[in-house]
Amino acid sequence: MKQLVILGAGTAGTAVANQLRRKMPAGWGIKIVDPEIEHLFQPDLIFVPFGMQEPARTLKPRRRTLTNGVDWVRQEVTAVDADRRQVVLADDGRLDYDLLVIASGSHIHPEETEGLMGEGWQRNVFDYYTLEGAAKLHRALEAFQGGRLVLNVVEMPIKCPVAPLEFLLLADAYFTKRRMRDRVELVYATPLDGAFTKPIASRLLGSLLEERGIRVETEFNAGEVDGAAGLLRSWDEREVPFDLLVTVPTHKGASFVEASGLGDELAFIPTDRSTLLATGHDDVFVLGDATNLPTSKAGSVAHFQSEVVVENVLRLAAGRSPVEGFDGHANCFIESGHGKAMLIDFNYEQEPLPGIYPWPVVGPFPLLAESRRNHWGKLAFRWIYWNVLLPGRRIPVPNQMSMAGKRVPAWAADQQLAA
Amino acid sequence: MPVTEYAGKSVDVNDEGFLVDSDQWTPEVAEAIATEVGIGPLGDKHWKVITFCREDAVQQGQPPGLRRISKLSGINMKELYQLFPKGPGKLAARVSGLPKPQGCI
Repeated sequence: MKQLVILGAGTAGTAVANQLRRKMPAGWGIKIVDPEIEHLFQPDLIFVPFGMQEPARTLKPRRRTLTNGVDWVRQEVTAVDADRRQVVLADDGRLDYDLLVIASGSHIHPEETEGLMGEGWQRNVFDYYTLEGAAKLHRALEAFQGGRLVLNVVEMPIKCPVAPLEFLLLADAYFTKRRMRDRVELVYATPLDGAFTKPIASRLLGSLLEERGIRVETEFNAGEVDGAAGLLRSWDEREVPFDLLVTVPTHKGASFVEASGLGDELAFIPTDRSTLLATGHDDVFVLGDATNLPTSKAGSVAHFQSEVVVENVLRLAAGRSPVEGFDGHANCFIESGHGKAMLIDFNYEQEPLPGIYPWPVVGPFPLLAESRRNHWGKLAFRWIYWNVLLPGRRIPVPNQMSMAGKRVPAWAADQQLAA
Repeated sequence: MPVTEYAGKSVDVNDEGFLVDSDQWTPEVAEAIATEVGIGPLGDKHWKVITFCREDAVQQGQPPGLRRISKLSGINMKELYQLFPKGPGKLAARVSGLPKPQGCI
């Protein structure tokens, strides 16, 4: 019996396992390795700090997310031995594989920044990229009586690059609702040179932040945090004082990636941008946050990639060559507060543009504009995630990005032509 | 596309001042860019960074990001900010005749 082994049962790994369970030819077994007994719905982490979602409702038992016939190995991976085609487990057991899929995600590392986990940690310094952090931040926000709230992205890349903007927009709405917005200063300290990574979206999102009275400190590379003094310092010695610091710490790939020498300096795995094979390997695929690819670390990307990996695993299992199927497609809802949200849709080549998605004229979702429909779309996605995406059923949107329904704003047309 | 003269040599640059063709780079061009951005003359540690960046870019097919430089060049982050103030990733790439690092998606 041949073995397909999948490392990580998050969004990407689970979707691949469940799709392949129905499609894999006879004579193949599917194992998925993940030590955690619960599956966290990460898009809800943004809602927890504002009391818009209960922490307990973001989790489901992992067993229920995996189709019968997918063999779940509840172990931590310590290394991949690619020469022997083996995965090494924490209990020193080894799993042989014929094909390997790495979907081990990305994780925050606050210890990478001096002082970040010092005296202020979880007193006046919080993260919201873990369920524990988001829940503690919720209590801190409830107790917040006013002052300066700073959101800092330590370094790129991060999971869901729009999440910091969502956090600030939701914070604006939250404090407005509590009738204390005039007592709260909102500051966004980012290593980027604008609100977002891509020019047109950056300009549109930047003006939205300005409208909401959110100050942006650009090209700010955090070097040190002093929680007791309430000071955030950059490497070039700029200081931003805070009463409450919300940090998006350095992200890294899984530690076994580092231990196996498979990753780059942040333990993200060099990956072919179209076939999703690990660079230098013809039997290892990588998808989701674990890759080093220049696209967003987001659930939508994991979903689009999962369809490409499934196709390519089936092709390799049949002795054929892989297709160059992935185009960098990402789309993300951006909650903007007051029951509205925005939506962006883009790929490797095409930056996010205004317009409508997924179908021209009928939409129904406007791109790069606030609307209630987008907010309902984001909430509807919870159901789609558990009931369609994870079980590996088809979501009726095109896998590759389409220009239909998109338009270049007049003020950006020249730049677009030049580019 | 703008053309600039560095060290008596015509060099193609983009709107942000990055060399379009890294083969047009010479150590003299690096000195001239360094003077233009106010960090010249270049010392040994600058050269250690520049040499690393150029070699790594050839191997990797893209210019190294700041973290990669600090991890692999032997010059730590604090020093990098002293050598190439404000934006060491971008500035080191520019002086090394490489494109702007993409690093931020």
